[in-house]
Amino acid sequence: MGAPESKELVGPRATTSLVSRASPLVSTAQQLKTLRQVDLSKLPNQGVFREKLTPAGIDIFQINVGKLCNMTCRHCHVDAGPDRTAEMMSRETVDLCLAALDKTTAKVVDITGGAPELNPHFRYLVEQCVARGKHVVDRCNLTILLAGPYRDLPEWFAARGVEVVCSLPHYRQRNTDLQRGTGTFEKSIEALRRLNAAGYGRGDPRLRLTLMHNPAGAYLSGDQKSMEREWKEGLQANHGVTFDALITLNNMPISRFLEWLEISGNLQAYMELLVNAYNPATVPGLMCRNTLSVGWDGRVYDCDFNQMLELDTRYADGRTAHIRDFDPQQLATRAIVTARHCFGCTAGAGSSCGGAIA
Amino acid sequence: MDTYYRPEHLPKFSSIAQGNQKLADKFFDYYAEVFKAGALSAREKALIALAVSHAVQCPYCIDAYSKESLQQGADLEQMTEAVHVAAAIRGGASLVHGVQMLEHVQRQVMA
Repeated sequence: MGAPESKELVGPRATTSLVSRASPLVSTAQQLKTLRQVDLSKLPNQGVFREKLTPAGIDIFQINVGKLCNMTCRHCHVDAGPDRTAEMMSRETVDLCLAALDKTTAKVVDITGGAPELNPHFRYLVEQCVARGKHVVDRCNLTILLAGPYRDLPEWFAARGVEVVCSLPHYRQRNTDLQRGTGTFEKSIEALRRLNAAGYGRGDPRLRLTLMHNPAGAYLSGDQKSMEREWKEGLQANHGVTFDALITLNNMPISRFLEWLEISGNLQAYMELLVNAYNPATVPGLMCRNTLSVGWDGRVYDCDFNQMLELDTRYADGRTAHIRDFDPQQLATRAIVTARHCFGCTAGAGSSCGGAIA
Repeated sequence: MDTYYRPEHLPKFSSIAQGNQKLADKFFDYYAEVFKAGALSAREKALIALAVSHAVQCPYCIDAYSKESLQQGADLEQMTEAVHVAAAIRGGASLVHGVQMLEHVQRQVMA
């Protein structure tokens, strides 16, 4: 599959991609089937996600520019990795995204991947969004900022006021390296130091540095505020690193995290945990209600998780949505596509690309 | 009953209210209040609970607070140190009684 891995691209790895191993879970139908087959019939709602979700207007335009990544984290919901060279957003699709963006009132453009910086049109996309006065978010794995052609990015981002949202599961080494591969923690700290040196994470609202925590296993994220305080103390005292905010996300039971849940014998208990922790107070703030997610090939989804399960956004007449025929008025009347994985966002304090909800 | 400890008893903890609703309500309200972040963080309280769980050797508590410690952002090294604190206090509690033994010996044995 795809081109051979480039040497400079290979960063820390905790595993390899499902695609490279030809795992049955490469099939999104197989993933959905695996989730459906978990017996949750004894739980109060039988494990059926019953909320009928409707869109509340597009505040965040999220663009997933491809699955290529220098890392292969164990919990990745994208199945990204250095071998995923085939799925890469083209310049033409980038321009279609920009044209669609102009039809919306979205204030935020959230760019993700893979490692989004690896897309050859990444800087063009950022420049175009900044020129339109959008608040741009780069979802960054940190280690990419140490790789050859990307080392100037902290200063480049700073000059454009791009918010950097970085994955760092823990302020200590163990859980970071378990999830993201040996050596990740050390590299991440070095990258954070460079972001700090470029002015990030020092309280300047133009240069926001946000850290993102995912649990390193089959449990929910803890209290976001409490953890933020401890992450700040821990990183400052031990590494002299500062940041502005910590957001906490639950792991979605899809893709590589689903594989790990199955192999480790945690799938049943994790699904029970998610369903039992269902919190109705999270529903109004679910990201699928105010975000639109575009895939590398221009297909449109209600969220990045639906994207990875190939659950396309559908217009009210049943057509699947594509960025080339983007129609925000018609999208406003759609029903959001849901399935069992949605319990990942409604569990506990809730989970979204912006962190906890309730 | 074929065993004294059953994992399914933990999620049924609240059924203890069947014998006295009022006391159970007071206990669970108090319990919830104790574990709220205050002067100590939720993670610190989870680690204290984990250590105490080992000191009182309660398998339900060890299950619950291993999970809670992870969820509140503790890692294996922090959790292991918490368990060693319990072990040190338990060991120390035995050993410090040795002074009583020592004084007994000093009283009764010809020096």
